[in-house]
This record gives sequence, C-alpha cells and structure tokens, in this order.
Amino acid sequence: MREELLSIIEKNGRIGLNELAVRLGKSEIEVANEIAALENEGIICGYQAIVDWEKTSIDKVTAMIEVRVTPQRGQGFDSIARRIYNYPEVKSVYLISGGFDLMVTLEEKTLKDIAIFVAEKLSTLESVLSASTHFILKKYKVHGTILDKHEEDSREVITP
Amino acid sequence: MRNFLSDKVLEIKPSGIRKFFDIVSEMKDAISLGVGEPDFETPWHIRDEGIYAFEKGRTFYTSNSGLLPLRKEISSYIERTQEVYYSPEKEILVTVGGSEAIDIAMRALLNDGDEVIIPQPSYVSYAPCSYLAGGKNVIINLKAENNFKLTPEELENAITDKTKILVLPFPNNPTGAIMGKDDLEGIAKIVKEKDILVLSDEIYAELTYNGRHVSIVSIDGMKERTILINGLSKSHAMTGWRIGYACGPEEIIKQMTKIHQYAIMCAPTISQYAAVEALKNGDEDVKMMRNSYNQRRRFLLDAFKKMGLECFEPYGAFYVFPCIKEFGMTSEEFATRFLYEEKVAAVPGTAFGDAGEGFLRISYAYSIEKLKIAMERLNNFITRLRQQ
Repeated sequence: MREELLSIIEKNGRIGLNELAVRLGKSEIEVANEIAALENEGIICGYQAIVDWEKTSIDKVTAMIEVRVTPQRGQGFDSIARRIYNYPEVKSVYLISGGFDLMVTLEEKTLKDIAIFVAEKLSTLESVLSASTHFILKKYKVHGTILDKHEEDSREVITP
Repeated sequence: MRNFLSDKVLEIKPSGIRKFFDIVSEMKDAISLGVGEPDFETPWHIRDEGIYAFEKGRTFYTSNSGLLPLRKEISSYIERTQEVYYSPEKEILVTVGGSEAIDIAMRALLNDGDEVIIPQPSYVSYAPCSYLAGGKNVIINLKAENNFKLTPEELENAITDKTKILVLPFPNNPTGAIMGKDDLEGIAKIVKEKDILVLSDEIYAELTYNGRHVSIVSIDGMKERTILINGLSKSHAMTGWRIGYACGPEEIIKQMTKIHQYAIMCAPTISQYAAVEALKNGDEDVKMMRNSYNQRRRFLLDAFKKMGLECFEPYGAFYVFPCIKEFGMTSEEFATRFLYEEKVAAVPGTAFGDAGEGFLRISYAYSIEKLKIAMERLNNFITRLRQQ
C-alpha cells in the first residue's frame, strides 16, 4: 500500500482519509496508521500547495544558481549545503553530479534582491568557488503538475 | 432509381448508442460516463517513438502481417504473461485494432449457416461481423447471479451440430466480468468435446484487479482451437493508433492474412513503430494506469454501496454495471431521464444485448473528480426516484 498511498498524496496532499481508504481498498484506521508511520519515519516531510504565482499580482522572481564549492574535510558537501539552506529565501538545495556541485533555487521579490543575495551572501562564503545564476522566465511544470495545462477531453462523448 | 443497398446490410440495426450520443453532444454541461476508451493520453515515450518514426520517414507499407519486430514483441508478451509461444512468423497477424481481427476471423472461418455463440451483454461488433460473414448468431444471455460469467451448462445448451465458433469476451465490456482459470477450464472441456473453435477477445487483458488475467490459450489443448485477439488500445491508451492483433493456428492466420492483405494491406506503419516501443518499455505505464483505474473502481463501488444501489463487484476492464431494476424502468428510460434530469450520460445495458436490460454501463475512464460529481448527481437522481 505504501507506494500507492505515497503516489496519491504526492499529487493531492489534501485528500481525505475516507477517500484514501476507499481508493486503496483499506480501512481508515489502517491508512491513518500508515500515514502516521510515514510521517514519523520522515518519509512524508510536509504538505504544501503548488502555487502559480504568475497568476497573482504578487511579484516573485525565481533563480537557479549553479554553485561550485570546495568540499570540507570530514564533512564533504553537507556543511556548506547547510550554510546555504539556512537562508529562508533559499527554496531548495540539491547536490548535483557533473560540472558543478550544488543547485540552489532562490525566490525573491525582485532581480535586485537576488543579485544582492548572490553577491553578498552566497559568493562570500569561504568554500564557494563560483556561482552562476539563471533566472526562470516561465514555469511549465512544477512538482509533476503542469501549470499551463488546458484541460480538455477530446474523446467522443459516447463510444461502445 | 433502384435500391442499391445490400439487403444484408439493411438488416443490421444501427448501434443503440447513437441516440444518446446525439443528445449529449447538444448538452453543454453534461458529464459523460459513456466512453469506452482510456482517459489517459498515450504515454509520452510511445508518442515520441511515433514522432521519430515520422522523422525517419517510416511512411511506407509494412509487410501484410505487420513489422516483424512488433510480432516478436507480441510473441514475447504472450509468452511472459501466459507461458504460451506463438511463432512471430506464422501465428501472429497485426491488425487495425482488435475490431478488424474480429471481422476477418469471422470471414475466414464461417460458411453460410454456421452457428456462432455470442454471450451477451458484450461488445457490439461480434453479432454484425458474424452475420455479415454468413454466420447464424446464437445468443447466450449471461446472468447477473453468475456475476455475468459464462457457465459450462449455458454453453452446452447452446451448442448444436452446426456450432462452429464460441466468442469469449472476457474481461468483459460492458459488465467488467472476468473468467478465472477454473471457469475457463469448464468451458475448455466442452469446447474440446464438441470440437468447436474459440474467438477470445482479450482486449482488456491488462486491466484486471484481482490478479493477472488468464487466457484460455494457456489451458491444455486450447491453443490449437483458439484465435486470441488483443491490441494496445486499452492497455497502453492507444485507441486512435489502431493497433490490434490476432494469434492463432498457422492455417487460420494464413487465411485471415489473405483477407487482411486485400482489404487493408497493413496496419498503420507509424503506429506499428510506436507499438514496438509500447510493448518493449511500457509495462510501468500499464501498471500506473491499472492502479488508477482500480482506485476509481473501488470509489464507484463504495459510492453505490452508500446509495444502496445493487452492483456485483467487477474485476476487469473499466466498467461497472449497476442494476437499476428497483426503479421499475427500462434501462433506456432510466438512462434517458438521468441524462435529461441530472445531465449525466451512461449507456443503457441493452446497447450490449437484451441481457443488459435492467442495467447501466458506467465507465470509469474518467478522473476521480469527475466521477465524484457524477456520483453526487446519481445519488440525487435515485433519491428522488425512491421518494416518488
């Protein structure tokens, strides 16, 4: 049930216990226990809404920053990653294989805020060798959800 | 002017679905639960393979039987699911959907007056195809109390010395019924005894919800007297690509290929390339879709239970077949009123044969969100009927 349960709530975190139980063919108690276990084990780390800020009047700028760093003895990349992710404006930090080390996603109100963060906070960290900033122009698909989707059922209305 | 039309064709009734189609098409905010095809789009990697095939200029005919790599994939699929081997060179024919396979199988096998046993409710094509090929249809009305399975007794009673073919439509459209190994063994015993042939339409084989589908060809002595029909339409959400296939004894496939060659040439080339990709790398997609259908199936059965609407638990395809006899209306009356009063379209069971009277086919090839709205409306509708 774990995999199926996770794949349902990964798409819809607000689904009710009753519906989950029906869809999985389990009792509500079984499902509730499983969710509690998944939360305790840190497998479910949180629940959040997918927001398309574009459609609001609120300004947001997102940038993806490729960061090259010097790993530290005994700590590898973990301690520098921690230094970076503790900034609240940092939305995600991934360790990446290939040409650079960390992929940092940053969300701010204006381009200038991002420039300041990169110049003053990120680049001045001791082990950061370089940071190359890419601004996001449009989000098409976020967390498995297509944002510019035009829902339409192009099937014939009744078929045998 | 003379009447140029064939008497035989004029005899055939137009599909009972047409009327509903016309009404629903006119209604703006109607919800249709009447669709017999997946709501998923074809998985992207399969479409991608189709695009590549276009780019590479795969725009010519293939061999009549279909691309050999595709026939090899079909053979390997049946071997890994049913442990039965079909020779890609001699025993497999790629057709334009499962429906072409049904048609040409009938034409390759029937002489005038040969009897074809068709259990109903079932898909609408068998009877007309058999009739056009000269067959005489013998209908078995499957019963709700048997969960719409075909029983050996029903089969035995329908067989005469003219019987040639038994159509075996499981997992079943419209009831969702399936036949397990034990059920099939009972049928196979009689088929062998009476020396008849089985046309097994297994187009919903990948959509079963209580264990894997069992094909009658996996039963001893049945491969040589069965034409197995399947395709990628339902399993891989590829209805519009028109790829089906027939597997059977070499001498039958040879004759079917002859008709196919003259009537069709070959199945669409681009689709065949996409189908190779689907069978090679599509198992995960099939699993994802199956899980999703299964969740909706459970959701609908639970909704019926809460409304007190009688429905046997179907384990196959993507249909549920609730009983509406308590309302004292025919299926058609019920479906028509439901459509006008609640703007939800479901297909009357009678569209699939007289045995469907008193039942409604509800398709769950729709998102849960849509099904939720439809079930609310169904609940309103039947609550009102019960108060009257």
